[in-house]
Amino acid sequence: MIPEIGHFALILALFVALVQAIIPLVGAARDDRPWMDVARTAAFAQLLLVGLAFGALVWVHVTSDFSVLNVVQNSHTDKPMLYKITGVWGNHEGSMLLWVFILALYGAALALFGRNLPPALRARALAVQAMISVGFLVFILFTSNPFARIDPAPMNGNGLNPLLQDPGLAFHPPFLYLGYVGFSMAFSFAIAALIEGRVDAAWARWVRPWTLAAWSFLTLGIAMGSWWAYYTLGWGGWWYWDPTENASFMPWLAGTALLHSAVVVEKRDTLKAWTILLAIFAFSLSLLGTFIVRSGIVTSVHSFASDPTRGVFILGLLVLAVGGSLTLFAVRAPSLKGGGLFAPISREGSLLLNNVLMSTACGTVLLGTLYPLFADVLNLGKVSVGAPFFNAVFIPLMIPLIATMALGPMLSWKRGDLGGALGRLKLAFVAVLLAGCAAWLLAGGSAKPLQAAGGIALAAWLFIGTLVEWAERVRLFRVPLAEALRRAIHLPRAAYGMSITHAGLAVVVVGITGSACWTSEKITMMHPGETVALAGYQMTLNGVEDGVKGPNYTAARAHFTARENGRVIAEMYPEKRLYTMPPRPTTDAAIHTNFISDLYAVIGDPDGKGGYVVRLYHNTLVPWIFLGAVIMVLGGVVSLTDRRHRVGAPARKATSIASV
Amino acid sequence: MKKPALILAALIGLYSLQIAPALAVQPDEMLSNPKLEARARAIGKQLRCLVCQNESIDDSDADLAHDLRLLVRQRLLAGDTDAQVKQYLVDRYGDYVLLKPPFNADTLVLWLGPAGFFLLAVGGAVLFYRGRRAGGGEAAPVLSEDESKRAKALLDTDGEGDKA
Amino acid sequence: MRRIAFLPVVLFVVLAGFFGYRLLLIQRGDSPSFIPSVMVNKPAPDFQLPPVFAGTPGFSSAAFKGRVTLVNFFASWCIPCRSEHALLSGLKGQGFQLVGVDYKDKPEAVKAWLAREGNPYDVLVADENGQTGINFGVYGVPESYLIDKQGRIRFKQTGPFTPEAIEKDLLPKVAELNK
Repeated sequence: MIPEIGHFALILALFVALVQAIIPLVGAARDDRPWMDVARTAAFAQLLLVGLAFGALVWVHVTSDFSVLNVVQNSHTDKPMLYKITGVWGNHEGSMLLWVFILALYGAALALFGRNLPPALRARALAVQAMISVGFLVFILFTSNPFARIDPAPMNGNGLNPLLQDPGLAFHPPFLYLGYVGFSMAFSFAIAALIEGRVDAAWARWVRPWTLAAWSFLTLGIAMGSWWAYYTLGWGGWWYWDPTENASFMPWLAGTALLHSAVVVEKRDTLKAWTILLAIFAFSLSLLGTFIVRSGIVTSVHSFASDPTRGVFILGLLVLAVGGSLTLFAVRAPSLKGGGLFAPISREGSLLLNNVLMSTACGTVLLGTLYPLFADVLNLGKVSVGAPFFNAVFIPLMIPLIATMALGPMLSWKRGDLGGALGRLKLAFVAVLLAGCAAWLLAGGSAKPLQAAGGIALAAWLFIGTLVEWAERVRLFRVPLAEALRRAIHLPRAAYGMSITHAGLAVVVVGITGSACWTSEKITMMHPGETVALAGYQMTLNGVEDGVKGPNYTAARAHFTARENGRVIAEMYPEKRLYTMPPRPTTDAAIHTNFISDLYAVIGDPDGKGGYVVRLYHNTLVPWIFLGAVIMVLGGVVSLTDRRHRVGAPARKATSIASV
Repeated sequence: MKKPALILAALIGLYSLQIAPALAVQPDEMLSNPKLEARARAIGKQLRCLVCQNESIDDSDADLAHDLRLLVRQRLLAGDTDAQVKQYLVDRYGDYVLLKPPFNADTLVLWLGPAGFFLLAVGGAVLFYRGRRAGGGEAAPVLSEDESKRAKALLDTDGEGDKA
Repeated sequence: MRRIAFLPVVLFVVLAGFFGYRLLLIQRGDSPSFIPSVMVNKPAPDFQLPPVFAGTPGFSSAAFKGRVTLVNFFASWCIPCRSEHALLSGLKGQGFQLVGVDYKDKPEAVKAWLAREGNPYDVLVADENGQTGINFGVYGVPESYLIDKQGRIRFKQTGPFTPEAIEKDLLPKVAELNK
């Protein structure tokens, strides 16, 4: 009964979405308020219905109802409750339902918080949201029904891929989707603005918080996925440039560009068409990612079981959504009037440079991801485009980007003083020299002293530059301390958000540099009682206990003691697990972190003569990659709390140029 | 070789993560000469495990990856340079085995693409500035609107950077 | 200048065209993970492999001279090989010698397998460490290479032979090479 209720709720949701997609648009065109207000009611109804369907799917998973095919394929009675719940979105059908559920959440949030928006803009944005919803609901109902029954019902299910039975991966899709789907808000606002033919500062101000929220979620989602890869795949890698990762990274790049260009629209009333285009791109790339991951057109390590029928369907959706919006853009964008002027060397100029580099980076990732497909279709032969290619082309793009990140915020609007800004960054120059030299010396033993020095110097430049910019803003040491403090308190949250995020990126850069330059590893055969030296630590294998029982796996658990100069610093228990259903092995690395470096131990196969293959890594600064990402997200959240960003707060009026 | 597993996964509709954890390079594969071994590892990271989806032979626990790792080490012991080792595999498996494709007529677009995107984006920005400046100062007279519009339209084309 | 605003949508349509065409290819059975061989029209690699059954002859690349040969890489652990096996048995006397290379297999396993499934091979050798396979560019089993009288690879079948592949690709090639 419950699955049928869920299925029925989805069908109802489709009809509600159809109503929400049409009536408010007509209402907005006719300036008919009651018709426009249908959007709000419909958005709430949609949340209710899709929420009901999602709840029904969670319910059948939690209760292990094996008369439902989706549960049979992805669950097992022995699976821990946590993974019974997260298993709901660990498969194609369930994850699509999560996708529309989040879409409905955003729609309802817009209906709830958008009370101060002009009614027509709100009605149109909600209608566009509903169109996306219609597309995905039809997709689910016709190709990917999660509520399909199976008769006769088997006694038990096939279980969930053990790699997905992990907290890191279990919670990463919801955040990722909150990011992807969050960009639908900017998209809907962009389409609504194109229909209206009006983009102004107020529009940018309304779009920014949604974009910021989506960006923060996406950043967190990507970081979680990367963290998962780091501790699960067992050799300390954290980014593979796999198409699936790129699919999440491209919307992130476009979204980051959008956040920056929206500032220019808000403050200076220019770059409007470009900003609209970026809003369309950010969401289009999210859709493209969905298509790439689920259609099987490119080979990827982790993808959903590909089904060409679904591929054709998503391609159809893609053509409608992206093709339609870009056509609308082509027709309406030329009539968007630009406002304020600015010199290339100015705050706007630096934001534009950010956009130039970000869109180049995004285009590069897209080209690299899809090039094997292009080459294949054009009969240029099979090409592999892997991590070495991306590292070779992507890093050179990021260096100027990060270099200008410290400088940009120091420039004033309209016309900046580059010499003055560089002069005020004296401290950052000193930091660059010191950090670069220190890294060079420390990397003496490494094969890559140049990269080490360069990376650390770049991070120091960004970090100190960001600090200097903040100090300048509060006029630290120029005015009495009390006055500086008062200024610091009154500095807008958005400004803090930017500083925190930029500083977070500096931390990430340190982490990436560390992982590339200072990692050491030891892959060897060890016998219980043996000790090996690794990067100044002594790692002793005390023994391996076989047959350790988990809820749905058996593990061989090793016990290592890590010592530094004879002093015990950690006991580590890596496991090698064999899951019962499906019978697949996984490794569970043991990681001891001191937040500067990680000791990372993996236990491998026995040699049958009492020895075990062990992999021990000392991953210097790698925790900073994830720490930095969290700081970046924190910056996004702080910025969101800025009262000027409070959703729907500003009325549509000419905005003054604030000091941000 | 892993095909049956793949097909099975596809049939039962599993979310199929084709990554096998850890356990790629094994101690018994490794060379005793640390310099040679380091070279072998570096080369391994550049070579695609052909049966896997997107992994290098250094990351993969597939059987073929294991054989290829051994082969790389054999070639190094035989005195091959890094380039010769890679060429040895390219001769047998084609450029497909290289995770960083070589620069040639077939990959021209791939390698020049990023620079092309950059020039396009910079060109768009330059046109944007020109168009605006030609229009005059801060007062932004009517004439410049048209001009700036044109420039902006041009600027917008660097959006193809994201689409091409 | 308005026309430039159409550029994004035009480029997107091109992109969508690529996607659509690729999906069509997949539906026709051309998987993105198929890798065409670069060995075709190149001399077959030099090798010398021992027989699976003691007392029978081994095989070396010198024996390609003067005869058309089909080299079939297979293994007892390979599931798709089973469907191909029955087809291979029906290929006796079609104008080529059939050399079976047992790829990365245990001798007992393959012997048991052949006892059950039949032995269609004129010569049966073992490539225990897979080295010869790599030299041929094998990336999965089964794979088959058709070699002309001069020892040159002229055709490669990736994956199991199907009756259509034998009719349309293999036999016409064999006839051509025997001319």
